[in-house]
Amino acid sequence: MAIVFEKPKSLTDAPFHYCPGCPHGIIHRLVAEVMDELGIEGKAIGVAPVGCAVMAYDYFSCDMIEAPHGRAPAVATGIKRCRPDNVVFTYQGDGDLASIGMAETVHSAARNENITVIFVNNAIYGMTGGQMAPTSLPGQVTQTSPYGRDVKHCGWPIKVSEMLATLEGPEYVARVAVNNVKNVRNAKKAIKKAFQNQIEGKGFSLVEVVSACPTNWGMTPKQALEWVESDMLPYYPIGVYKDRSEKGGDAE
Amino acid sequence: MAERILMKGNEAIAEAAIRSGCRHYFGYPITPQTEIAAYMAKKMPKIGGVFLQAESEIASINMVYGAAAAGMRVMTSSSSPGISLKTEGLSYIAGSDVPALVVNVQRGGPGLGGIQPSQSDYFQATKGGGHGDYRMIVLAPASVQEMASLTMKGFDLADKYCVTSMILADGTIGQMMEPITFEDAEPNVYDKPWALTGTECKRPHNVVNSLYLKPDQLEKKNFERFEKYAEIEKNEAMWEEYMMDDAEICVVAFGIASRIAKNAVAEARKAGIKVGLIRPITLWPFPTQALRAAADKVKAFISVELNMGQMIEDVKLATENKRPVTLCNRTGGMIPTPDEVLAAINKAEKGEF
Repeated sequence: MAIVFEKPKSLTDAPFHYCPGCPHGIIHRLVAEVMDELGIEGKAIGVAPVGCAVMAYDYFSCDMIEAPHGRAPAVATGIKRCRPDNVVFTYQGDGDLASIGMAETVHSAARNENITVIFVNNAIYGMTGGQMAPTSLPGQVTQTSPYGRDVKHCGWPIKVSEMLATLEGPEYVARVAVNNVKNVRNAKKAIKKAFQNQIEGKGFSLVEVVSACPTNWGMTPKQALEWVESDMLPYYPIGVYKDRSEKGGDAE
Repeated sequence: MAERILMKGNEAIAEAAIRSGCRHYFGYPITPQTEIAAYMAKKMPKIGGVFLQAESEIASINMVYGAAAAGMRVMTSSSSPGISLKTEGLSYIAGSDVPALVVNVQRGGPGLGGIQPSQSDYFQATKGGGHGDYRMIVLAPASVQEMASLTMKGFDLADKYCVTSMILADGTIGQMMEPITFEDAEPNVYDKPWALTGTECKRPHNVVNSLYLKPDQLEKKNFERFEKYAEIEKNEAMWEEYMMDDAEICVVAFGIASRIAKNAVAEARKAGIKVGLIRPITLWPFPTQALRAAADKVKAFISVELNMGQMIEDVKLATENKRPVTLCNRTGGMIPTPDEVLAAINKAEKGEF
C-alpha cells in the first residue's frame, strides 16, 4: 500500500507538549519537512530558545542545543563558525528574539551569519502565562497590559522583519503566516528558501511566522486564527522584505 | 632547549591558547585584557582559526557555549565588569557540562570600578557568580610564564572534566612583560562523543541542555556533577610553598599579591622571623590540605589580597580557625608594598592580631 502521509523523519516520536490549537506543531512540522526534503537531517544542528519551544530539542531528531533566553543566534554563531559544513538553525519566539535577544538578532543579521532563523511571532509570552510581548498589538490585553497595551506608556510593537530589512547584512527576511492552508504552503516555501540559502552559503535568513496563541489570547483555536487575519496581519503584513539574490524583494 | 621569548602576560595567554589547539576565540573589548583579542585577531586568520568580535560579552560567552557544544577548544577573555555579563552563560555552560576556557584579567570594582589591577572577583570566580549549584576550576597565575602554562593546563582540565576553567589573573600580570618558554608538545585531544556534529543519521541525536523540569532529575544531575567536582577537589589542587618548613607565620597570597608577599617573606627571614608563604595556584579547588597542615605548625596566618578580604574566608575555613588569620590588603587598584606586608608580618610575630 502506498504511504500518502507520514511523520517527517526530522521529527522524533515525542508527543508535542503544546496547547490545543497552537500552531507550533505546524511550524515544527514545516521545518522538519523542509529538512527531510533537503536531506539535511544528519547535518542539521538546531538551537532551541527559552519560551514555549524550549523543549524543541525533544522534537527535532537532529543534534540540538538549548540556549539561554534570547541568545540562540549567538549560540548558533558559535556552532556555525566551528562547523561551517553543518546546517545550523534557531527556532525562537517573539520575547526571545525581539525583546531580550534583540541585540543577538540584529548583530547576527548584520554579520550575515550563515544561519537560518525561524521566528515565531504570536504577540505574547506564552510559556510564562500570557504577558505583553514586544510584538503585542496596540490595545492588546495581556496579563501585564490588563487594560490593553497603551503605546503612550509602553511603546509600540516592533516590526522585526521590516527593521532587519533595513540592514545591509541579511540575505533573506520574509514574513509568513500559518492561519490557513494557502499561508501554510507559502510559509513552507519561505522556510525552505531560508535553509537553501544557508546550504548555498548565502547567509542570514530569517522567516517570521505570524502565529497564534489561543490559550493566552483567551480564544478558541478558530477565533485565534481569525484574529491573526483581522488584527495581526494588517500590522504585520506577509511578504518578502529582503532577498538579496532576487530583484524586487519588497513586501507584497 | 626551547626558545625564551619576552612577552606580555595577556599575549602569553593568547599564544598558549593557540598552542593548546584553541582555534576559536570570541570576545568583546575591555581594558586591561585587550591584548588577548588583538593577538587572536592577528593570528587566528593565518592559522585557519576564528577570531570574532561579538556585539557584547553576553553574545561572546554564548558563542563560546555553542562552539564548546560543537566539541571545539574555545575561549573568551574579559575583565571584571565583562565577566559579570558572562556569568549567565557560565551557568549554562556548567549546567550543560561542556568545556570552555574563560580569562578574567581583573580590574577594580564594584560597578565600573577602575582599570587598575585587582583581585576582587575572587568570590565571583570561586563561589559561583552565576546562578545555581556549580563550580569552575579557577587558576591564578603569578607570572607571565604561568599565564601560559596555566592556560594550557586549563584547557586540559576543562576537557578532562567538562567544566569551565577560569584564568583569574589581574591587570598587573596581564600587562607586564617577562621572558617565558613554551614546551614543544602536541596538544592533548579528548574524546567528545556528546558533541554537536550532526548525526549523519548514524546515531541518536545529541542534545546539549541544562533544563530538567522534573526536580528529581535535576537533583540527580546536580549530585552527579558534584561527584565530578569532588574528583577535581581530590586530584587537582595546586599550590606553591615557600620557606614553610620551619615557618611559624604563614602568609597566604595568590597572583600578583604573592609576588609582593614573597619579597616581604624574604625580607622578614633576613630579620630572623620564621615566616613562609603558601601560594594557592588553584583557587578552586582551594588547597585546603596545605592550609590545614600548616595550621598545625604555625601560630598565625596573614591573607594578603588586592580586595576587601575574600580569600581570607577560605583560609579560615581550611584552617578551621585554629589560628588567628589577619588581613593585609589594598583595594580599588592599589597594590601593597613589600613593606606593608612586612609590617603585617612583624605584627603577627609580636602576637598583635
